[in-house]
Amino acid sequence: MASADTRGIARNPRRTSFLSHKAWKNLTIFLFLLPAFVLFFLFIVYPITKSVYFSFFSWKGFGDPTDFVGLENFQQILKDKIFHRAIINGLLIIGLSLSVQLPLSLGLAIMVGRDLPGRAFFRMIFFMPYVISEVITAIAFMGLYNPDPTRGLFNAILILIPGVKAQAWLGNMQLVMPSLFVVLTWKYFGLHMLLFLAGLQGIPIEVEEAARIDGANGLQLLRYITIPMLGSTIRTSVYLSILGSLQQFILVWIMTKGGPVNASEVMATYMYRFGFVRFWYGYGSAVAIVMLLISLVFSIGYLRIIRQPEYLGGE
Amino acid sequence: MTSLVARPKINLRKYSSRIVQYAVLSLIVIVVFVPIVMLVFSALKTRGEAMTNPYTPPIPPRWDNYLNILRAPNFWTMLKNSLIVMAGTTTSVVLVCSLAAFVFARMKFRSKDLLFNILTLGLMFPINIAILPVYLLIRDLKLPDTLIGVMFVQTAFALSGNIMILRGFFLSIPMELEDASYIDGCTAFDFFWRILMPMARPALAAVAALTMIASWNDLLVPLVLINKETLWTLPLGTMQFQGQYGMDISLVNAFVSLSAVPTLLFYFFAERQIVAGMTAGAIKG
Repeated sequence: MASADTRGIARNPRRTSFLSHKAWKNLTIFLFLLPAFVLFFLFIVYPITKSVYFSFFSWKGFGDPTDFVGLENFQQILKDKIFHRAIINGLLIIGLSLSVQLPLSLGLAIMVGRDLPGRAFFRMIFFMPYVISEVITAIAFMGLYNPDPTRGLFNAILILIPGVKAQAWLGNMQLVMPSLFVVLTWKYFGLHMLLFLAGLQGIPIEVEEAARIDGANGLQLLRYITIPMLGSTIRTSVYLSILGSLQQFILVWIMTKGGPVNASEVMATYMYRFGFVRFWYGYGSAVAIVMLLISLVFSIGYLRIIRQPEYLGGE
Repeated sequence: MTSLVARPKINLRKYSSRIVQYAVLSLIVIVVFVPIVMLVFSALKTRGEAMTNPYTPPIPPRWDNYLNILRAPNFWTMLKNSLIVMAGTTTSVVLVCSLAAFVFARMKFRSKDLLFNILTLGLMFPINIAILPVYLLIRDLKLPDTLIGVMFVQTAFALSGNIMILRGFFLSIPMELEDASYIDGCTAFDFFWRILMPMARPALAAVAALTMIASWNDLLVPLVLINKETLWTLPLGTMQFQGQYGMDISLVNAFVSLSAVPTLLFYFFAERQIVAGMTAGAIKG
């Protein structure tokens, strides 16, 4: 690098005439980073910092916040039964994602494998739901979940079984979360499958062949070779899955608005309700801060303890 | 690989396992298509037909629902707004992120790691969580009900991930190339603009494709920032349309399936870039 510096000076009289090489380099760094940092601080750091301030006020959005209430908003949130429900539902989505969605995606990825004829076709179709917007997904599934069997496909199939009645999938307090989870799985299993496929690509075929020659059967191969060697992909998938579950909003909001009777409330719908439907900006800000803290603690904890990604701490 | 005697047996086993594989995978293909096909089936029927036999294929297809929507000006207004936001967000994301990624990948300076770590913290503040603070800011800046406000917010929240993807790619370009360009009298900017950017085209395409999809599908930011009907984007319009005409299921489904067409076309056209960006993003992030 040092030699490149001196050469640069020698060959570039144009810019050395009014600025030293070092000043020029610093100017480049400054100007190149400026737009990213301006946007970052203006639209992410500044509003969040300000929200911390708002969260100490009881503020309904008119004029400046003046009614300082200290930590009362936070106490209120942590005491609220509906917020507890939101947390439980978040944990439920996480639990189901990890126990159903990820194994399903992994299984499909292994089935598609490296060399199945038609591999590209399956990959393309399975990933398709991920690129379809949440609005479209939500409306399509609301049609399928229609409680009337002459309107909703799921009930039309269900009543074919003798003795089984049509269900109000999204209107039933017990069924609403599993029903939403089906939609989430439909939309996101392709993403995880894609990651697993990329991970499988990184396992050298010789390792599997060697194990096969040593007499390993399919299950042993999976248990002792494939899953351990996919370790970092699985950890990434788990991370994305948990973080995604904590932030679920649009699908739930369009399909159920958190109902019936808050049965499908998640943290983001709770925040939206107070912030944008009731205009309790102080309380809504406090909810946003709680959500941020939860994801932040989870992210940092997970990255520190389970998975050290290459970007933390530079190279 | 195997002895002569064992071969037929193994082939048979391989053959039957292949059949199971294809059966399962085909089943999943059907599951993926069911919601979409049902939308289109219902959209191609008259209101009466959709009521009486909702699950049969639409024979003969009725194109009236689609024509009604294509003839209405608001669908085209929403399409235009979505396109403007997508183009604006994608251009600024690609530009801003590649400038920053270049500095983080190729320049040496004090506090580089610190600055980079600050930016990567952005990954932990997703828009779904930060939307209320952001809305309050946009209100203070007098930017609600403008498409530019939507673009600013979408860009800001796309920075961290994309800077990481591009930085990873820029790091993989050999250092010698940079030295050579400096010997030839290039400035840092020349190297960035004339050598690095053209070489990084695959990575830039991946970032652009991902950003386009994310911006096009985004509902939350327009939902919160836009009230004026003339500024609705397609997802926002779709949601409102469903609320307004919910009774006429065929018409709603025509609107919904039509609004999926641009995404799907784009997906089948740019699948490689999208997949590349997705896997790079997830592995880096």
